[in-house]
Amino acid sequence: MAAVLQPQPKESATVDFTALERRLLDEFQQEFPLSPRPFAEMAERLGVSEAEVVETLKSLKERGALSRVGPVFRPKRVGASTLAAMAVPPEYLEEVAGLVSALPEVNHNYEREHRFNLWFVVTAEDAAHLEAVLDGIAEETGIPVLPLPMEEDFHIDLGFRLKW
Amino acid sequence: MVSHVDSALDATDRRLIAAIQGGLPLVAEPYREIGDAIGMPEQDVIARISALRDRGVIKRMGVVVRHHELGYHANAMVVWDVPDDKVQPLGECIGNYEFVTLCYRRRRYLPEWPYNLYCMIHGSDRNAVLDHVAQLVDECRLAATPHEVLFSRRRFKQNGARYLRG
Repeated sequence: MAAVLQPQPKESATVDFTALERRLLDEFQQEFPLSPRPFAEMAERLGVSEAEVVETLKSLKERGALSRVGPVFRPKRVGASTLAAMAVPPEYLEEVAGLVSALPEVNHNYEREHRFNLWFVVTAEDAAHLEAVLDGIAEETGIPVLPLPMEEDFHIDLGFRLKW
Repeated sequence: MVSHVDSALDATDRRLIAAIQGGLPLVAEPYREIGDAIGMPEQDVIARISALRDRGVIKRMGVVVRHHELGYHANAMVVWDVPDDKVQPLGECIGNYEFVTLCYRRRRYLPEWPYNLYCMIHGSDRNAVLDHVAQLVDECRLAATPHEVLFSRRRFKQNGARYLRG
């Protein structure tokens, strides 16, 4: 069963990150260099060394603030994916969430405040595999799974402007 | 706006996507290291990523943050039941706000789930998120539109999407 991540204590983002870390997190969500030494280009802009950029990104990753440096794909352009929801009796929620999280096809899995209390995203290489995963969850838990596939994207993802 | 034309990804694109979907290696020459791993010259790695970005398969390339760890402790999915012929203008209105990180039309699942327009809002706390929702209701004229705000509680899993087996 996958580990359950508990909500973490509130803390001030401003205090926890250095000026360099904040700039790395905020200013390179969109214009990441597609050149052989991307971190050197970033370093030049930031007035630090390439090694310092790489080490700082590694540290941010280890601390969980950075998910990755890489691509965000437009949904439905690569493989098949859907959001899915389940109304899980609260006493079974942890168990069902663990079962769902353990599937490699599941990437996000959240508890939300609603009768439909478990929300997750499934991605797979094709629609048949996707359907098999959803059917498997419904069968194993005895709880219906609502498939809520995306049909249109209205947000141009330029990243998220952080308010420090 | 999504073009539903899935301009074909060839086998090489798919191999490359499998190699980068979890993020670039944090080394001085990340494109060279990826190329070495999949047998592709560095300049081809860069050219193909660039082409995927130009074609919109890659929405953006760069630093992907995790909101919770950055102090955005409240996260809500707001779902709206919008008349089908109004989805486009309302989706575009909602999707323009900087506190909205995603805005999608999704298929309804009747009768249990009538909502067809979704957006994700991150804020420092619940009240900040609710203020943002109120702003959307006001400025996108959604007062008569049924909606619900689903705050997240526990995060059981959060990974980058793995579309392809590496």
